[in-house]
Amino acid sequence: MPSSIFSRLGGLLGNQEWVGFDNFDYVFSIPNIWQVVWNTLRIAVLKIVMGIIVPITFALLLNEIRLMLFKRVTQTIIYFPYFLSWVILSGILIDILSPSSGIANQFLGVFGIKPIYFLGENSWFPYVMVASDVWKTFGFNTIVYLAAITSIDPSLYEAAAADGAGRIRQTWHVTLPGMHMIIVLLMVLSLGTVLDAGFDQIFNMYSPQVLQSGDIIDTMVYRMGLLQAQYGPSTAVGLLKSLVSFILITISYWIAYRLFKYRLF
Amino acid sequence: MLTRQTRAQKVFNAFNYAFMIVVCLLCLVPFIHILALSLSDNAAVSGGLVKLWPVRFTLEPYRYVLDRDAFWRAFGITLQRTLLGTLLNVMLVILLAYPLSKTKEKLRTRSLYVWMFFFTMLFNGGLIPSYILIKELGIMDTLWALVLPGAVTVFNVILMLNFFRQVPEEMEDAANIDGAGHWRTLWQIYVPVSMPAIATITLFCLVGHWNAWFDGLIFMRNADKYPLQSYLQTIVVEFNFQTMSATEAERLAKLNDRSVKSAQMLVAAVPILLVYPFLQRYFVSGIRLGSVKG
Repeated sequence: MPSSIFSRLGGLLGNQEWVGFDNFDYVFSIPNIWQVVWNTLRIAVLKIVMGIIVPITFALLLNEIRLMLFKRVTQTIIYFPYFLSWVILSGILIDILSPSSGIANQFLGVFGIKPIYFLGENSWFPYVMVASDVWKTFGFNTIVYLAAITSIDPSLYEAAAADGAGRIRQTWHVTLPGMHMIIVLLMVLSLGTVLDAGFDQIFNMYSPQVLQSGDIIDTMVYRMGLLQAQYGPSTAVGLLKSLVSFILITISYWIAYRLFKYRLF
Repeated sequence: MLTRQTRAQKVFNAFNYAFMIVVCLLCLVPFIHILALSLSDNAAVSGGLVKLWPVRFTLEPYRYVLDRDAFWRAFGITLQRTLLGTLLNVMLVILLAYPLSKTKEKLRTRSLYVWMFFFTMLFNGGLIPSYILIKELGIMDTLWALVLPGAVTVFNVILMLNFFRQVPEEMEDAANIDGAGHWRTLWQIYVPVSMPAIATITLFCLVGHWNAWFDGLIFMRNADKYPLQSYLQTIVVEFNFQTMSATEAERLAKLNDRSVKSAQMLVAAVPILLVYPFLQRYFVSGIRLGSVKG
């Protein structure tokens, strides 16, 4: 049935042949497909978790700094990497992390640690991706959380201090509750990105040696589709990813709306 | 509120300042190292002598880069796409946000349009369909392939329309009474009062276009047409899967002139440094634009 409709539409769509679910069957018969899905989830979820913990911790610590000039200079420095492309940052990281000539391994060598091939070993690669992603983005996100902290009513701190709360208890009972909405909101909205492990970053830093731990859905789609010209299967993978992401994003916006009446427009 | 610090607070503060300095160094050291590499003599670089200060200072890598035709050609293409692309982005954001910021009573099909645009944020066809689309449109190898696919930045449209909605209605009513139509109201009332938002969006579009590399890589079949970041990608980080084995890749990394690579990366980052003060000024306001409302 669908095939006859399809062939009648054939003239409209160009020279095409009805193959049913062949492309999908093929995709699921690729031996390491589940490894790729797992890699994607692992890197993406680690990035989401670290991308929340690190900036919040840093924003809380930065908030304790009383020297305004120091605070401003720190902010200026930490969000600079955010505005550079992954091409440039990858170029820098590849140089720094090189086992033979990189400054990182020279530094570790001072402590007697043997050179580590950060970008060439499967045991390191995913964590280097997570760490370098945090390095690029934490400054920007710190400013987001800092903006939330500064919008907390100062009289709450005064009341807490009058009740005898020290800095730590003020942070625990005033600052964190004041930020809870934006924290939960950003957590909910990040649900839609669990299949995005960061194509720009990984594509520019991976190599054949680390395919086992570093190959993600997007890089696989690229290699299959544009390098090996397997348009059909590659599109099938892309479509599945889009569908799952679509469902997840929709759910995340729905939760955000139910919890906070959050709406984009 | 100033209170006397306890001993524990003093210790905490000392550690906190020290920690901040360490983190700042972590952010800065890679760039300083690259800068030092780009300013050092070839022998010093390959001997691994360069740390954070140039050894046997030379400007030769920069001279080499600035003499390269390929570098300047790519630079020119990036300049074109950034200017044309940002102009298109900002014009479309303003022109779309204005009608969509109106109430349902004034524009009956508003929700339909908003949802249509919003849907593109939720779902996309993926890499291959986009590639085939650009190919079939016949705009491969042209500037349009870099500028048109991302012309409507839906997220920015939503930011802008939320901003437009905060403009007091009395201002528009007053303009209407004085005989201003929609065009005049938009350009003489809405746009001037929204300058901070427009500046933020413009800066983000500028940075986005300057940093874009993947579209150039796939939509330009001829490497002569690559924008700067795609050109950089091919010389700085590309691992060719078909032709290069692991050992070859490692050898190439040693053979390649690290100074030249460093110099090219830094030159490509200069424009970002130039707009950085403006980014800083507007981007906190940009965050507030994007942040949660009530």
